[in-house]
Amino acid sequence: MDILKKSFKKSIWVFHLSTAACNNCDIEVLELLTPRYDIERFGMKLVGSPRHADALLVCGAVSAHAKPRLLEVYRQTPKPCLVVLFGSCACSSGIFRDSYSIVGPVDKILKKEDPDVKIVYIPGCPPKPEAMIEGIVMGLGAL
Amino acid sequence: MKLVIYYLIYPGFVFASIIGLLSTWFDRKLSARIQWRQGPPWYQSFADIGKLLYKEVIIPKEANRSGFIVAPLFGLAAATLAVTIQGVSTINPTAGFIGDIIVVWYLFAIPAISLIYIGSTSGNPLSSVGVSREIKLLLSYDLPMVILIVMIASKVGGFTIGSITEWQRINGSIIGHWYGVIGFIIAIFCIQAKLGRVPFDLAEAETELGSGILMEMSGAVLAAYVLSQAIALFGLSYFLIILFWGGVSGGIGILWAILKYLLIMVLLILLKNTNPRLRIDHAMKFFWGWMTGGAIIAGILAYLGV
Repeated sequence: MDILKKSFKKSIWVFHLSTAACNNCDIEVLELLTPRYDIERFGMKLVGSPRHADALLVCGAVSAHAKPRLLEVYRQTPKPCLVVLFGSCACSSGIFRDSYSIVGPVDKILKKEDPDVKIVYIPGCPPKPEAMIEGIVMGLGAL
Repeated sequence: MKLVIYYLIYPGFVFASIIGLLSTWFDRKLSARIQWRQGPPWYQSFADIGKLLYKEVIIPKEANRSGFIVAPLFGLAAATLAVTIQGVSTINPTAGFIGDIIVVWYLFAIPAISLIYIGSTSGNPLSSVGVSREIKLLLSYDLPMVILIVMIASKVGGFTIGSITEWQRINGSIIGHWYGVIGFIIAIFCIQAKLGRVPFDLAEAETELGSGILMEMSGAVLAAYVLSQAIALFGLSYFLIILFWGGVSGGIGILWAILKYLLIMVLLILLKNTNPRLRIDHAMKFFWGWMTGGAIIAGILAYLGV
């Protein structure tokens, strides 16, 4: 099964999930598909369904409204999967930390659902595309 | 025993899936180069299949459990069988049976039918939209293509793959005539629709329906689908070579066949990269109007012998 695990690292399909983000990170994600950063070099591509995804790319601090959706999509994703927290808001709730509508950073919510969830943090507001590529590659090394 | 080797190794499952996956990679690489990107490495399609086999299979609660797992395998088996029939008829032209060209074309319909089954059993609303589009598309591209197959079969006076390639070896390829050129253009569109590639990817519609009909497939189920799609890509391009371009002969002919195959692949990829997605009513109008009309004109020209 070693070769299957190796091929897993060579072919990461990413599902982009926006949990009440300000749209800045979402725009940065699209930059990864451009000729300059082209993540298809590493076999990554964006897919439209969480059932196909190997990595969930979560942007934004989680609002009370978005929390059940986040958990639902995480449950829908076939395991093993990687959760990539993209941007300061997803990593730590960022500037929205003590807001009345924010129910906390993504990692706490997901760890309550599944204690051995694999999480990669990519801080920045928004992070650079290079930072995201490096983050996912480091996350794959830790798998 | 011989039949088992034909089916499983050469020219069946192993051979067809290797060529098909390499063609899928070629498709992605060339698309990337057209968009000025670098594109994936050569082993990408194999890595995708391996990855999908490594993942968990999730079966939706509403789905028919056994049907959800078995249906893509049916599609895979049918696509492999179609490629095997073509390959065996190429190795030995007298090996075919009467009507095998029609059988091959309808065996390639089984992956689409199994996909329709999966989409409708998965209980996903987006999948059901995809299913209705896939059924309409299946009905629409079939008509011009069957007219073309009947035209060629009546032209060469035989309904077997062997007789079609034999006739072309004696009289020159069908694409050398006007009716052949018209027919070839129509067949390229039909095959693009059959493979569900970009101007006709209404059933998947990545940006509109998520992944539409594929939405609930995961893990090994999706791997079987991807593999059957790769085999169908190889098999249908090969089907075009047999129908219009004189099939494959030994020796230097194999090199020619590779060049023909690459040219057909490039045509399919260019069609994919230069067109937006059609709406389903436009697609049906396109196939039942322009393409069927063209196929009938090609049939008349073939009757006149132009």
